[in-house]
Amino acid sequence: MNDFWKRFSRNRSAVLGFMILMLVVFIASIASFIYPDDPFSLAGKPMSEPGQNGFLLGSDSLGRDVASGIAHGAKTSLLIGLIATLAAVFIGVIFGALAGYYGGRTDNILMRITEVFQTIPSFVFAILLVAILKPSINSIVIAITVVSWPGVARLVRGEFLALKNREFVQACHTLGMSDRRIMLAEILPNCLSPIIVIGSLMVATAILIESGLAFLGLGDPNIMSWGFQIGAGRTMLRSAWWICTFPGIAILITVLAINLVGEGLNDALNPRLRERN
Amino acid sequence: MTDKLLTISNLDITLPEGSERALAVENLSVDLAPGETLCIVGESGSGKSLTARALMGLLPAPHVRVSQGVIDFCGEDLTKVTERRLREIRGSEISMVFQEPMTALNPVMTVGSQIDEIFRFHADMSAQQRRQRAIELLADVQLPDPKQIVSAYPHELSGGQRQRAMIAMALALEPKILIADEPTTALDVTTQAQILKLISDMQAVHKTAVLFITHDFGVVADIADRVAVMQYGRVVETGSVDKVLNHPEHPYTQALIASVPSLTPRPPRARSEDIVLETKDLQKTFGGGKSFFGFGQPNRIVHAVKDVTVELRRGETLGIVGESGSGKSTLARCIIRLLDSDSGKIMIGNVDLRTLNRAEMRPWRAKIQMVFQDPFASLNPRIKVGQIIAQGPIIQGASREEAEARARELLGIVGLDERAFNRFPHEFSGGQRQRIGIARALALNPEILVADEPVSALDVSIQAQILKLLDEIRERMNLSMLFITHDLRVAAQVCDRLAVMRYGEIVETGATGEIFDAPQHSYTRDLLAAVPGQNWDRQTNV
Repeated sequence: MNDFWKRFSRNRSAVLGFMILMLVVFIASIASFIYPDDPFSLAGKPMSEPGQNGFLLGSDSLGRDVASGIAHGAKTSLLIGLIATLAAVFIGVIFGALAGYYGGRTDNILMRITEVFQTIPSFVFAILLVAILKPSINSIVIAITVVSWPGVARLVRGEFLALKNREFVQACHTLGMSDRRIMLAEILPNCLSPIIVIGSLMVATAILIESGLAFLGLGDPNIMSWGFQIGAGRTMLRSAWWICTFPGIAILITVLAINLVGEGLNDALNPRLRERN
Repeated sequence: MTDKLLTISNLDITLPEGSERALAVENLSVDLAPGETLCIVGESGSGKSLTARALMGLLPAPHVRVSQGVIDFCGEDLTKVTERRLREIRGSEISMVFQEPMTALNPVMTVGSQIDEIFRFHADMSAQQRRQRAIELLADVQLPDPKQIVSAYPHELSGGQRQRAMIAMALALEPKILIADEPTTALDVTTQAQILKLISDMQAVHKTAVLFITHDFGVVADIADRVAVMQYGRVVETGSVDKVLNHPEHPYTQALIASVPSLTPRPPRARSEDIVLETKDLQKTFGGGKSFFGFGQPNRIVHAVKDVTVELRRGETLGIVGESGSGKSTLARCIIRLLDSDSGKIMIGNVDLRTLNRAEMRPWRAKIQMVFQDPFASLNPRIKVGQIIAQGPIIQGASREEAEARARELLGIVGLDERAFNRFPHEFSGGQRQRIGIARALALNPEILVADEPVSALDVSIQAQILKLLDEIRERMNLSMLFITHDLRVAAQVCDRLAVMRYGEIVETGATGEIFDAPQHSYTRDLLAAVPGQNWDRQTNV
C-alpha cells in the first residue's frame, strides 16, 4: 500500500485531483450540518447577488440558496456516480469474463448483446430510459448503469482473452480447478488494475450524465442536483450569472479531479506504461 | 593498432538509478580486425546486447548512456560523433541484424521497398537501378525466386527467409562491420545452420568484420575466430576460439562451458516392462470452424498431431524432439487434456483419458502433471508461492494444513528456502521460478510428468541445474517423464528414448544412443547434422 501511494504521488496533478475530490466528499458529508434546511426551501430574498443578504453564493429566482444547493448536490452527484459505476462494473465484469473465458458461441452471443447497447448514443439512450421509467434517483442510476457497462465488458473480455491462454491458467486446468475458481481467483485479480482505472473514469462520466439529465428536467424532482440548478438558472444567465456559474464550476472541478485521480491510478497500477515520457 | 577496424576501450554504460547494478557494461575493451568474426558470449543480463547497441548509437537514452570510454571506428570516436554522421555510418559502414526478424522488419512494407529505402538514403541511384540491386541482393542471400520476394510482405516469408532478407538489407551497402545480435536464436536448428553458413559465406565474399552476439557455445564454436566472454557487464576472458573453448582460464568461462550439455548421449538404463502411458493413433486438427451465422468458407484445417502412437514405461524419460510447428507441444497438451484430441486413445492402465469428461478427469489429474516452458508466464503473479504449490492438493481434497506442510516440504526438495512460501513469484529469478513450477507439479505426487521445454527459456548454467534437479526428482519419486524439447543436446543428456516429430507425425523412435549413432530417417539425420558445435564436441570428448 505504501509502495502504491509512493508511485501514485509521483504524479503531482493526481495528488491535487485527489485532494480536490476529498474536499468535495467532505462538503457532501457535512452538507446537512452547515445547511440543515431543505435546499429547495425559500431561504431569503430571490435573485440576491453572491455575498448579499447572507447568501455566500447568491440565491435564485425563487430565493433558494445556491451554496446550499451545491453542497447538497455534491452528495447526489457522488452517490449516483459511485452506485451507477459499481453496478456497471459488476455487470460488465460478468459479461466480459464469460465472453472472454469461454469464447466461441458464448462470446459471440454476449458480444452481440453488448454491441446492441453500444450502437445507441449513450446520452440519448439514458434520456429515453429515464423518460420511460419516470424520473427518480433509481431510474437515473439504472439509466447510467445501462449505458456504461458495455465499455467495461469489452475491456474485461480483452483481458480474459489474453490471460486465459497464459501458462499459469493452463497449470490450474492441469490441477483440475473449476472454471469458476479459475475466473474469480486466478484471472480476475490479474485484471483488477485496468478495471479500477476505467471505473474511476466512469464515475466522472456518470456525474456528467446525471447533470445532463437533471439539466433537461429529467432529474429526481425531490433531490437537489447541480444539473437541476443550472437548468433552473439557465433563463436568467444574463441577469443572474451566479445561479448557473457556481454549480457549473462545481461539476467542472469534480469531473476534472476524478479524471486526474484516474490517470494517477493508471500510472501507479500499470507501471510499464509510466515510462512514456 | 592501425590495422584494427574497431577498437573499443574502457567503455562504461550506465543504467538508470535504482537498477540492479550501476553499470550495464564496465571497462569493456575489445577490438575487431577486417574479415574477423568476434563472438561476444554471455548469459542474459551480461550486457552483451547493450554493447552492440552502443556501437550503433542505439542506446535507450537518456536512461542508459555511455558514460566513459572510446569507440574508435577507423579513427572516429562513435561516442562523440554527431547524430547526422551516426546516421550515415549506420547501414552503410556498420549495420545490424536483430534477433527477431518479424519485429525488425516493417510489416506493412514489402521486402523490396525496405531494401530500396537504404539505397534512397545512402546512395544516389535511379529507381530502376535500386530495384535491380535489391533483386541481386536477395539472390545473393540465396532466397528462392528473388523477383517475387522483392514484392512480398514480411508475413509471407518464413522465419529463416525473413532473417535472410534482414541480412540482405544489412549487407546492401557493403558495410565494414556487421553486428549480429542473436540472429539465430529465434530460428529452428536446421534454419540456424543455414543462416550461420550464409553469414560466413557473405563474410568471405565481402571481407566484412562480424561482431556476433550469442549465448550459445555451439554457435560460437562453429563461427568465431575470437571470443569475448562477458559476465555482469565485464569481459572476463578474451582469446582465440580454440583457447577460450578448449582451454578456458577464467572460472566463469570454465563453469559456463562445463554446463553446456554434451552431444554424447548418457549411458542407457535398464528399461522397465511396465507401461504407464500410451497413446494410440492420436489425432488433433485445428481450424475447420465456421463463422457465427454459418456463412463463408470454413477455415484452413491444420493437422497438428497425426496418428501419434507412443508408449512411456515406468521410470523412463521419453523425449519428444522436433522443430517449431512439429506438433510436439500440441501432443503434450492433448495428453494432459488441456486440449481435446479428435480421435485415438490416451491410455493410463485400462482407462482411456481421451473419453473422460472434466469431472471424470479430475481424479486422474493427480497422476499426470505438467511443467511449463516460460517461468514468467506459468506462475500467477498475484498469488503467493506457497499457495501456488498448495492449490493442487487442496483442490484434490487435502486439508489446508496438510497441503501447506507438503508445499513447504516441496520447496526444500526443489532447493528453495522455506521463506519462499510467503513471497510472490516476481521476487524470484527465472531458474527459481522454474523450481516453483516443478514443485507445483510434484505437489500431487504424480506418476507421470510432462515437461514442455522446461529449460529452453533459461541460461545455460541455470539449465544445467534444473536438468539435474529433474533427474534427482525422477530417481527419488520414480517418475516417468515425457520431455518435450527442440534442443538435441538437452535431449541427449535427459532422455532414455526419443521420438522425433515432424509435421505432426512421429518419424522415428528409439533409444537415444541408437538414434544419435545411427539415425534411420533422413529428417533425423538433418536435425543431428544441424546441431551447432559438433566438431568442438568431438574434440573435447576424445
